[in-house]
Amino acid sequence: MSVAASSAPGYSPAGHLLEVKDLVVGFRTQNGVVPALNGVSFTIDRGETVAIVGESGSGKSTTAAAIIRLLPGTGEILGGQVLLEGRDLATAHRHELEDVRGKRIGFVPQDPMSNLNPVWSVGFQVEETIRANGLAKGRRAVRAKAVEVLQQAGLADADKRMKQFPHQFSGGMRQRVLIGLGLASNPQLLIADEPTSALDVTVQRRILDHLESLTQNEGTALLFITHDLGLAAERAEKLIVMYKGKIVESGPSLELLQNPLHPYTQRLIAAAPSLASRRIQSSSKSLGSIQVAESAAGEFDLVSAAEVRVEQLAASTEAAIVVENLTKVFKIRSGGLKQTEFAAVDDVSFTINKGTTMALVGESGSGKSTVAKLLLKLEDPTSGTITVQGKRVDSLSRRKDLLSLRRAMQPVFQDPYGSLDPLNNIGNTIAEPLKVHHVGDRTSRRERVFELLDQVSLPRVIAGRYPNELSGGQRQRVAIARALALKPDIVVLDEAVSALDVLVQAQILRLLADLQGELGLTYLFITHDLAVVRVIADRVAVMQTGKIVEAATTDEVFDSPQEQYTRDLLDAIPGAGIQLGI
Amino acid sequence: MSSDRPTPERTRSAAHFVADIEETPVASVDQVKLDEKPSNLWIDGWRDLRHRPMFWISSVLIVFVIFVALFPGLFTQVDPTRCDLGNSKDGPSAGHLLGYNKQGCDIYSRIIHGTSTSLSVGILVVILTTTVGVVFGALAGFFGGFLDTVLSRAGDIFFSIPYILAAVVIMSVFSEQRNILVIAAAIGIFAWPSTARVLRSEVLRVKNSDFVMAATATGLSRMQILFRHVLPNSIAPVLVITTLSLAAAITAEATLSFLGVGLPGSRVMSWGNDISQAQKDLRTDPQILIYPSIALSLTVLSFILLGEALRDALDPKARALR
Repeated sequence: MSVAASSAPGYSPAGHLLEVKDLVVGFRTQNGVVPALNGVSFTIDRGETVAIVGESGSGKSTTAAAIIRLLPGTGEILGGQVLLEGRDLATAHRHELEDVRGKRIGFVPQDPMSNLNPVWSVGFQVEETIRANGLAKGRRAVRAKAVEVLQQAGLADADKRMKQFPHQFSGGMRQRVLIGLGLASNPQLLIADEPTSALDVTVQRRILDHLESLTQNEGTALLFITHDLGLAAERAEKLIVMYKGKIVESGPSLELLQNPLHPYTQRLIAAAPSLASRRIQSSSKSLGSIQVAESAAGEFDLVSAAEVRVEQLAASTEAAIVVENLTKVFKIRSGGLKQTEFAAVDDVSFTINKGTTMALVGESGSGKSTVAKLLLKLEDPTSGTITVQGKRVDSLSRRKDLLSLRRAMQPVFQDPYGSLDPLNNIGNTIAEPLKVHHVGDRTSRRERVFELLDQVSLPRVIAGRYPNELSGGQRQRVAIARALALKPDIVVLDEAVSALDVLVQAQILRLLADLQGELGLTYLFITHDLAVVRVIADRVAVMQTGKIVEAATTDEVFDSPQEQYTRDLLDAIPGAGIQLGI
Repeated sequence: MSSDRPTPERTRSAAHFVADIEETPVASVDQVKLDEKPSNLWIDGWRDLRHRPMFWISSVLIVFVIFVALFPGLFTQVDPTRCDLGNSKDGPSAGHLLGYNKQGCDIYSRIIHGTSTSLSVGILVVILTTTVGVVFGALAGFFGGFLDTVLSRAGDIFFSIPYILAAVVIMSVFSEQRNILVIAAAIGIFAWPSTARVLRSEVLRVKNSDFVMAATATGLSRMQILFRHVLPNSIAPVLVITTLSLAAAITAEATLSFLGVGLPGSRVMSWGNDISQAQKDLRTDPQILIYPSIALSLTVLSFILLGEALRDALDPKARALR
């Protein structure tokens, strides 16, 4: 990558393209100015790809926004310089900035779903950008340029798609349009803020490949913001690690990955699932490996968490869940009285042994969450059978039977902000299952709540608090405590760690592993992230459009995937392409 | 690391930089902040309300109005029904603060005694609209399907008829039995759909939350979920609407009385009646009309201000924007 970048056209050895010097940004609030960036300095050379990595709130997106002075709300640059070829953007006049934005610095926003205006056709929006940047004049020329931009963005039949509206585009196609817009006027620098975080991994990979080839062809420098260290290391020559508004470490990607010096970087490396999966892989084959400093990483080390889990597991052959030929057909109204049938889950069969973890992996729309809902009896199956601990549950109708199923199997959902009732305090939330099932009296329930809080490592005083005082990770711990209240044997984890920052994710994964060892729990772990699967699961079932296309032990799936789709998913794990050592 | 030697300026830009570890200590991850005060929608809303002068002004006014309505005797000893045509349109005198109206009744005393009428009608209407609105809105939103269709269409039909017009017709039919209950029913019976609509949309929003799904998976019945989780999380806008519709109901009562289809002026004190009777003499003796109008405006205004304050305080999004 570095070779391609340095030989790119427009490369001149004198001076940096962008130099950020001691940048200080704060947000004005009622209680004074809250600092967001405390003296951030870095440089980007022509044609260079730089990635800023950090957890939410680290200031990575603020840095990106500050460069083109698009800080949200009350954000303000309080000090420092942003020099674009020597010209300071931090103090530049609005007119000058408008000249720079789009023309010299392109921007690709995070969320492709909300960054195209739904009431205008895609073509209109592309043409608007072209006109605003003065790339073409005259109706015909503008239109021709728009088609060209869309073609370059990798949209087949761009001509036809001009008239379509954003809702007719998939997330990946929308992001392609936004990238096309960002690159329309051949800027010297493209800033991409989490450009693929909302997309499926295989789409993410294609988009990033595309972005890479475009920027390399034109010699555009790329600054991209991501929370995924594996992704950053794979795509960028230079990494910048941010933490609490400061740069804690920066340098060449491989150097940083193999020889991290700051404890925070060490933690990030230990906790990144994409790298952990890579590390497990490389320990079995003798590839160059990424070392993790034991001292700093300790509790966040995913690989050691995986090892702890493996040691604890006693092989079990008793089936906890048996699913046979499970099918769920939804009827979709397609205009008028017509209905089309859509099989969200199509003839799915699997078995989960007691005390083990099975991961159900798939991209959005693969039907994996529907399987969870069917299992939990939140939806009724169209056909097929579900047997939980030897009892058929698919046709349960008596409330008593349903309640006993609920006691045996509990869910943890994805969205930590939506899964707790905001008006119930934590104590009541955790105690609710006990009340519903008439377990114990007031005092014993209180004791049980404290015991559960201890189990998920939350302080007991939190029982009197409300969900919106807690972070996402803490809420997820509460959700886990609630799920464990009735001492279930099975926990269904539906994307339970997907919305969390990597360090918090590592903590929760560790907690889940510990709880499994302690309580002999059986997990159905539903996720889109194969890298996490490597750490947590014993068996994997890969789902695609409602069907299970491959099911085997985790090692088998990772070492010798049988299906092309599985191979695509594996290849798309960020960090899989990092060339380590020689 | 790699075999090809980087160019000098590349080394400069890509040097391995590490911040001073002492200066950038790594905090423990995801630590619980225990120094913050408890917070949820209602607690935060109250904290917000406490700092709003409008809330305090309107609350004090409302408390005062309620006090007057409950204990009119504390404010005036004059009988509002004892009128002497000899005092017709007389100006203020000792013990008769605001003078007399055309019939020779004490204006001040009539205003004080009319307070309870306005307030009772307002409260009765709101009890009616809120009860019907909450039941219909909650059932329609939560259970959906056929029930939703029936209840929502019923609401639409009632909504399509202007409630003032409907109340005029109803009051004309009940010309013999005009009392507070009848007028409250006449106003309320066509005013509930707005409450129902607001609650229905809130319920629709809340019922798809993950916490409702989690409660189902815990084993709560549908009704338990509705009462324990869905209603508490969707009731805040109803509170705002209730306050605002109380103001609207007071206005409606005055309007009906003004139009002559409200409460009989001979038996019941009503600001609307007094305003109606004073309009003929507006040019010569405007004060007779102005005093009851001020009482009406202040009462209505204080409820509207309270409603606005509540709406701003209970909408977390609006709070975040400020």
